[in-house]
Amino acid sequence: MSDSTPAKAASSAARQSSVFKLTFRLPIIIWQSLFFIGPLCFMVAMSFFIVRNYRMQEDFVMKNWLKMLGRDYFWDSYFLTWGLAGIGTVVTMLVAFPAAYTLAFKVSETVRRWAIFMLIIPFFTSYLVRIFSWYVILAESGVINAGLSYLGLGPFVMLNTKFGTVVGYMTLTLPLVIILQTFALANIDKSLVEAAFNLGCRPFRTIYRVILPMARTGLIIAAVFCFILSFGDFVSPYYLGGSKPPTLPILIVDTVKSGQQWPRAAVVAVVMMVTLFVVAFAGIMAAYRRRVG
Amino acid sequence: MSDNRPLRWFLYGYLALVFTFVFAPILFSVIFSFNSDRFPTIPLGSFTLKWYQTVWNDPDVWEAARTSLTVSLSTATIATLLGFATAYTDYRYSFRLKPIYLGLVLLPPTIPLIIMALAMLAWFAKLGISGQVMSIIIAHSVLTAPFAMAIIRLRLSQMDPSLESAAWNLGASQWSALRRVIVPFCRPAIISSFCLTAAVSFDEFAISWFVAGLNKTIPVIILEIVTGNIDPQVNAIGSFVFLVSMTLVIIAQVVLMTRRKKEV
Repeated sequence: MSDSTPAKAASSAARQSSVFKLTFRLPIIIWQSLFFIGPLCFMVAMSFFIVRNYRMQEDFVMKNWLKMLGRDYFWDSYFLTWGLAGIGTVVTMLVAFPAAYTLAFKVSETVRRWAIFMLIIPFFTSYLVRIFSWYVILAESGVINAGLSYLGLGPFVMLNTKFGTVVGYMTLTLPLVIILQTFALANIDKSLVEAAFNLGCRPFRTIYRVILPMARTGLIIAAVFCFILSFGDFVSPYYLGGSKPPTLPILIVDTVKSGQQWPRAAVVAVVMMVTLFVVAFAGIMAAYRRRVG
Repeated sequence: MSDNRPLRWFLYGYLALVFTFVFAPILFSVIFSFNSDRFPTIPLGSFTLKWYQTVWNDPDVWEAARTSLTVSLSTATIATLLGFATAYTDYRYSFRLKPIYLGLVLLPPTIPLIIMALAMLAWFAKLGISGQVMSIIIAHSVLTAPFAMAIIRLRLSQMDPSLESAAWNLGASQWSALRRVIVPFCRPAIISSFCLTAAVSFDEFAISWFVAGLNKTIPVIILEIVTGNIDPQVNAIGSFVFLVSMTLVIIAQVVLMTRRKKEV
């Protein structure tokens, strides 16, 4: 489409047109540079600042990096966060798949649309309140254990465990993952699935050999989002996981809220961002790689 | 696919279980908000409104509700304006650095909130605007503008591109074509983007907690109560927040759906 209207005074029209164009193009560039790129760059710079007498001074020293990366507890946190987010992602993807499969292949268009609308609702409810609710449900004298005691079972300890953390992560990620998986599955060519079936391919083999490869891109994107959300969440590991040892996001909260050690928190945040960038990049490469064979 | 009945019913049952998992915490939070026990469990205690009364009589909660309202309405306005401008740019123009431009707009939701919170805290302190209600509004607009942009962009892609050129050919200036053709066509998307960005902002706690200083929003109050101890007040506030968010989401959805029906 052309930028300018056909007009007699071409130069004045062109000027007006470029004013019009920039009115729509510039605001977001200015806004995001000032308040998105700016803060992130400043945070990277801040990881080299120094704190003297409880005051941060602009500087360029490696001290914070050496101090954080040289400590065992940092690496404990790092691998714990990886492990929890990894387990959370695998469990969420597996739990979501049969649900997404049902929504994509076994229900009508209308049911699918309603189901997806229902799954959007949790995004707009308070994550904190839902986690608090899980706390009460999972507690040793909570709803689940009270229910199980009627059957003569339990009580099971579910709070302050990895199980609790993963339940929390899933509260955050499961609806999103089901939605993304459903889109990925609903978009594949159904006649190919039927062809495999008619040629005598067994259901699980059909899923493995036909459906999964065709839906790969969408599925990997779902997993990447799931991992990013879990990796960056401080609420679940704190309230449901017991935070001992802390995960990286909890480390950031503690460092900022109790110690005024912003530069050290910045080191943790930069390490997290680099990690997530690598994961996302690897995911995208895997998602769009040409299929082999 | 072959009609395998037991498998079909197994899958329906599974789907029901997954939905139970998703909605159990919301449902229990509402139930517990009317339950008399301090630590709710089964069997439930008696019906009570005392948690709502406690919340109602708490001036801190009212103060926070005012702050939350200011923040979410301002955020929704800024985010929707930015989102509209960006969606229109993407719809109408192509230019060399467009992928970078779109990346700049759409990336914020992929950065973990806790990282954005720290970065915003430090940056606002550097600029000397930390600890204000304005700081939350700015941060939330960055976060929600991509949602507004996506919703309005989807709507624009349903529009016949010749409509706007037709208006120009009939002598309308770019501005009046925009005002009389584009904006009316996008109105449902604009309304629903306003509601949805307001709802996201109303529930966001990590950034608010870091940058707000003494100006607490409702989610920050919840966070502080939860950190203290088990207090069913949270359920009462939570149910209220849920009501507000749901109203916004349903308005957004209904506006989008009824318009669609009318056009078909």
